[in-house]
Amino acid sequence: MLKNIIKKVSTHTILILVCLLSLIPFLWLLSTALKGRSENIFAYPPVFIPKDFTLDNFKEVLKLVPILRYVVNSFIVAGSTVILNVILSALAAYPLARMEFDGKKTAFFSILATIMVPFQTIMLPIYIITLKLNLIDGYSSFMGYLGLILPFAVNAFGIFLLRQAFLTIPKEIEESAVVDGCNSLQIFFKLLLPMVKPSVALLAIFTFIGCWGEFLWPSIVLTDERLFTLPVGINNLSSAFSSDYRLVAAGSMISIVPIIVFFLIFQKYFVEGGSEGAVKG
Amino acid sequence: METKKNLTAYLFLIPAFTVLFVFFFIPFFDTIKISFFDYSKDVYEPVFVGLQNYIELIKSPAFLKTIVNTFYFMILCTPFLVIFPLFLAILINQKILFKNPYKIIIYLPVIISIVVVAIAFKWLYAPSGLLNYFMEKINLPAVGWLSDPNVAMISVALVTIFKGIGYYMMIYLSALLAVPKELYEAAEVDGAVGFRKHMLVTIPHIMPSIVLVIIMSSISALKVFVEIYVMTRGGPLNSTKTIVYYIYEKAFENLDLGLASAGAVILLLIVMVFSILNIFVFEKDKYKI
Repeated sequence: MLKNIIKKVSTHTILILVCLLSLIPFLWLLSTALKGRSENIFAYPPVFIPKDFTLDNFKEVLKLVPILRYVVNSFIVAGSTVILNVILSALAAYPLARMEFDGKKTAFFSILATIMVPFQTIMLPIYIITLKLNLIDGYSSFMGYLGLILPFAVNAFGIFLLRQAFLTIPKEIEESAVVDGCNSLQIFFKLLLPMVKPSVALLAIFTFIGCWGEFLWPSIVLTDERLFTLPVGINNLSSAFSSDYRLVAAGSMISIVPIIVFFLIFQKYFVEGGSEGAVKG
Repeated sequence: METKKNLTAYLFLIPAFTVLFVFFFIPFFDTIKISFFDYSKDVYEPVFVGLQNYIELIKSPAFLKTIVNTFYFMILCTPFLVIFPLFLAILINQKILFKNPYKIIIYLPVIISIVVVAIAFKWLYAPSGLLNYFMEKINLPAVGWLSDPNVAMISVALVTIFKGIGYYMMIYLSALLAVPKELYEAAEVDGAVGFRKHMLVTIPHIMPSIVLVIIMSSISALKVFVEIYVMTRGGPLNSTKTIVYYIYEKAFENLDLGLASAGAVILLLIVMVFSILNIFVFEKDKYKI
């Protein structure tokens, strides 16, 4: 009995410690963001609860940098990327799971091969192609957004995730629909797609998170500040105001609010496991 | 009938394959092609030079250093990202209170953009920052976390580890769910408890997930970029310059596209060898047992 209690206590102690370590970098940033001009942010020993508590840094950073604009841009890019990923992955996954056709093996393995090639190794030619197709913000805002979205419109993880889901649907359901005179498109949209909703949700959520945090590609293609997504905007802010960490901290804190809200809304998809795959990275 | 069936399948595949062709297959072959040309004299008039870019890279101490740095970074990150999340997953997988709050908080760094995580750590690493305050508390000298060439890579690796723990923990957790409860009971009857029980039952059972985490964390370590870009820009004294950083610099700052692409092909080969090697070692073990 005593042994059990000791085990429980030590388990919770370790987990609470790990949770604290996961939060401290962000809490310290928050504390810095809440400190007023009159308080030394390099004070020694460090002060966790601000003495000169203020929201001025948040107001000022919102005035100096169009963070809300970055939020909107991130939503446009992540939202469109999610929609395209769901549609394109589902369309491609269906024949790979359900149809026999010439070249199926080739299609299957060429998609699989893309997993082995990191984006970083082919980003230069992707950039050249993006330039050639005028998918850049110098051409128009719309094309600029497209340039951020299209290279990530579909990936192998999404296709394989949905293919796996289609494979679990009994064949008889489809056959009875064929007998009822439905064509492939009707079967796909009205019958099969609603049945793989949980996998579609998983794909959508993880694509959104991956896209929301993406930095490398947007930082390469973006030149117009009006199209900056949050990570690019915040990185820019951190080099522009490196002398005033209060503002950098406040901007960073504002930038993580939307994704934390999103995370808490959909937390059951994360805590119930199944988070493998589907994450771009 | 046969052609119609083919046609339907192709119509479903066309949208995805169009994207993959334009943004994956063409760039893939372009990378290889560009690596055989010299762009350094005039970006608009590349000259075919065969393997010269590769030879130049292999002879370049600066490039070889980025390879050494990248592997050093991988060795710093991977063991920790394989073992610690497994330990946490086993702890959380018990019948305990606050299971979900623990999972949510430990997962939090995963969803937050690496840019913000790097900014938060840059602040902790500041010369008179929080970490050095703790160092002094435990009577250790202050550390130049990002300014000391011997330490900077470790500091960057800490950020990568911090951001990865929750992700790999979730992979282990879903693997642990699939371990049959009866196996533990059988092990307990045989007198195995605690650590030994996990060595006997848990570890062999979730071996595929452990290998998956080894492969995933090694490959993502080989691709590291953003942490370094935000925190050190490859410095101090190139001590944190990795292969991807080198490719980025050559391609987008020096416009030496040929050299950048040859570097990219070398990275590609390393990544591929690596995943094949990992699988091979794992398979060999499986046949031995």
